Amino acid sequence: MNPIFIVALHQAGLPDDSVGELISVAKVIDPSSAPTALACGYGAELDSVCTSLRPMFREVWKLANEHFTGSNSEAMREALVAIVPKGSIVLLAHEHFGLDLAPGLSIKLNASYVPDVIAVEEGLKLIRQEFNGQFSVRMECDLSAGAVITIRPGCFKATSTASAEGVVIDKSAAIPTMTLHRRYITTIPAQVGDVDITKQTVLVSVGRGIQDQENIGLAEELASVLGGAVSCSRPVVDAKWLEKSRQVGSSGATVSPKVYLACGISGSFQHMTGIKGAPFLVAINKNPGAPIFQFADIGIVDDVLEFLPVLTERVREVLAGKGAAVAAR
Amino acid sequence: MNILVCVRRVPDPAENEFRLNGPRTDLSRDDLVYSINEWDNYAVEEALQITSRLGGEVTVITAGGEDDEEILRRQLAMGAQRAVLVSDEAFVETDARGIAMALAAYAKKNHFDLILTGVQAESGGAQVGGMMAAMLDLPFASLVTSIEALEGNKLKVAREVAGGNKEISEMDLPCVLSIQTGINEPRYVGMRGIRQVASVEIPSMDVGALGIAAAELQPKVERAGYFTPVSGTGAEMLSGDRDDIVNELVERLKARGGIPA
Repeated sequence: MNPIFIVALHQAGLPDDSVGELISVAKVIDPSSAPTALACGYGAELDSVCTSLRPMFREVWKLANEHFTGSNSEAMREALVAIVPKGSIVLLAHEHFGLDLAPGLSIKLNASYVPDVIAVEEGLKLIRQEFNGQFSVRMECDLSAGAVITIRPGCFKATSTASAEGVVIDKSAAIPTMTLHRRYITTIPAQVGDVDITKQTVLVSVGRGIQDQENIGLAEELASVLGGAVSCSRPVVDAKWLEKSRQVGSSGATVSPKVYLACGISGSFQHMTGIKGAPFLVAINKNPGAPIFQFADIGIVDDVLEFLPVLTERVREVLAGKGAAVAAR
Repeated sequence: MNILVCVRRVPDPAENEFRLNGPRTDLSRDDLVYSINEWDNYAVEEALQITSRLGGEVTVITAGGEDDEEILRRQLAMGAQRAVLVSDEAFVETDARGIAMALAAYAKKNHFDLILTGVQAESGGAQVGGMMAAMLDLPFASLVTSIEALEGNKLKVAREVAGGNKEISEMDLPCVLSIQTGINEPRYVGMRGIRQVASVEIPSMDVGALGIAAAELQPKVERAGYFTPVSGTGAEMLSGDRDDIVNELVERLKARGGIPA
């Protein structure tokens, strides 16, 4: 079987959660495998990462280079192409860094590339999703020259069992000298908006199904009677109907309300990863095949533009009725 | 600045209810409405805005079949100066690497300062741009949300990273960028504009004309069948007339703390 390597992402000297998940993937691909960690970084921070990785791996390959600061995928690709043995399977997390590094790495290693895998079946059938999550597909890949595989974060349970303390092997001397054509400058933090959607108990969240900026008022009315706020999925921000600070998802905010009403949201994984804490999830969408119905507690097939005003009115009545009952006492 | 934008014609998720075909090897393709891939439309708009500031031409290219010509025509109506169709039977069976190879071969034969793709298309792989960059030995950045030209044949590029943060880098030209939705507001293309470019000749070439042997397009990765995903137990669907559904939903919301008790 092909040797397995794991690109170990890290932050502030600690391995990323994805590392444990990728170890689990390696064990499904080949139960007898002893995957090797590839730790790219620089200085004392990298040393601390390698120390934290030792209990998880038999071997940790340390790749230290000043060009690796600022997560420079171009520099890391050069190093990995020089160091990863031919025919290896390289596992990475399918996130913004993996998206930068993995496709080009597969070309330079002449390996197969399978992106955004969510499950692995026997016989190395790799499951991924197409058509915005509406359908899953089984992929078969040629392993004769190895493979680069990215794994969707959160789909595998992290392996936490500590094995025998592994060894750190410094491979830095094998990194070729390089001239970079992409140079990291800085990271600008996300803007803060008027309403903090991460602090809400109830979110009325709108997606493409809201169709027009003027219809957002329908969601605002419902949010107002429920004592919550309006959030949204990416297409609503792309269309400039709401501020970026209202966006839920991997490129927006992570929220954990008690109740989440998804109105005209299809339910892409990028959106769903922004919803934590298992809220009571109600989905209203006119497409019965929308992936959101795979995740929701309650599903309603209807046009949000017609459904929302009726719901708002009913909630108003219920609250007024309660008010009247209290007043009558 | 001369810019190549790689585009793709996809079944429009907003206009279709997708179903699988009988043997589950593909969507049921009868009566599907097709559009330009949303990410690619932003990429074309970005190219048009860059060339209107700095001069130069925008070329749109797609790898597919004769049917794909319609989206090239749409992008010409949007303002692109040239369109190229790489049409070949080989694309029915090939994988993302094969598509990237064809697009990279065209880019190599012609000079471009910048190559743009959308971040991803209907298969969600986000792979063609990064593969092309590696094949052409050009720098690459994915998930790009802004582009600014700098002195000295360089760009300042913002990428979208976790939590809504932006990563800023400087890149040498030529380079390849994959464009994220929301980077701009793509202009409207009306039927009238499309009619005006109806008679424009769109050159078509096969992979042989690009110097690629059919054997090189043998897929390394293949689909072995689709299925409908089951995640958790799936939603409990409320049905009936709208008033009944609303009443039921209100009860559930009360029970779960969504409506003050």
